[in-house]
Amino acid sequence: MEERLRRTMMFVPGNNSGMVKDAGVYGADSIMFDLEDSVSMDQKDAARILVYEALQTQDYGNAELVVRVNGIDSPFFRSDVFAMVKAGIQVIRLPKVESAQMMKDLVSTIEEAEKKFGIKVGTTHVMAAIESARGVMKCLEIAESSDRMIGLALSAEDYTTDMKTHRYPDGAELEFARNMILHAARAAGIAAFDTVFTNMNDIDGFMCETKHIHQLGFDGKSLVNPRQIDMVNSVFVPTKKEIENALDVEAAIEEAKTKGSGVISMNGQMVDRPVVLRAQRVMRLAKASHLINEEGEYIEE
Amino acid sequence: MGIKETALAGTLESSDIQITLSEGSGIDIDLDSSVEALYGDQIKKVITDTLNKYGITDAKVKAVDKGALDCVVKARTMAVAQRALGTTEEPNWEVL
Repeated sequence: MEERLRRTMMFVPGNNSGMVKDAGVYGADSIMFDLEDSVSMDQKDAARILVYEALQTQDYGNAELVVRVNGIDSPFFRSDVFAMVKAGIQVIRLPKVESAQMMKDLVSTIEEAEKKFGIKVGTTHVMAAIESARGVMKCLEIAESSDRMIGLALSAEDYTTDMKTHRYPDGAELEFARNMILHAARAAGIAAFDTVFTNMNDIDGFMCETKHIHQLGFDGKSLVNPRQIDMVNSVFVPTKKEIENALDVEAAIEEAKTKGSGVISMNGQMVDRPVVLRAQRVMRLAKASHLINEEGEYIEE
Repeated sequence: MGIKETALAGTLESSDIQITLSEGSGIDIDLDSSVEALYGDQIKKVITDTLNKYGITDAKVKAVDKGALDCVVKARTMAVAQRALGTTEEPNWEVL
């Protein structure tokens, strides 16, 4: 899977032309056009066409473009997938995933569409939303269901209902699901997205939850409001110490290359692969946070 | 070709356009837009071209524009054309 930052995945209701038009201006790492829950049953066709046309004509910059299609057992699923594949969407997100077979069925529909529209087979990626106890228990097989998979996302509203609970401020009811999804995603080498936080007035609660999922190791969070983008990004900003360390690692890699040495050492200690990978992620975060200039140097505040 | 039934698509929210199709002869567009002086001809052209792609040459069109971009005008015309022809869940992939 291509390594990229996925700190923020912003939901955009698919039948709202103003929001679909403006979705690119807020700086979300991923934009998720929704054809499912935010669109009423009698507007599914209109939303599908609106998102299709917007994808053809609007500039969304470097954001990763994702669409949430209607469920695999809904009458809208097939037309949603065909239209989005034809529009060249990067990622299709399937809701309420409970088995690897559901992802395989999605992938076979995508492949059919790619062949029909003359698009290279394998171009369109997929991700799964985990929204039930069964989905959580099956998340490793779901994560490994296809080499098109880019990520797993927790959807907490449906999940907590399935678990006969509801959301609490401390998030204890989500701890098992979060850890299962995160471990499945990491084992499969794909991204993990935390659930949305819908109470826009509880900024402290939102920040607390974001810090928590950052500490666990999530790539980022699904968002319902563009105001939350900067707040999430602020949590993912690396510290000065982390950036300086990452720069040292980069320099050590360069030095090893120049010397033709297979072993990278820094301050007399060997630098192994996890350290390199962590440094690369810190550098991506630092660049996205504008803390590194074009020459790759740390910008002092 | 005419339409099968009267249909409506789009909303009256900002950046959208609401289009109603009903039976008529030729494409007859009644456009209500605050930017009609500047963009009226362009909006009508997008509507007419899109309807023609669906083979619709006879329909009365009522369009209330709230500042929609061309892609939105096109999308709402496509949606209303499919609804008027009764083909919403069998989209015409050649037109899309």
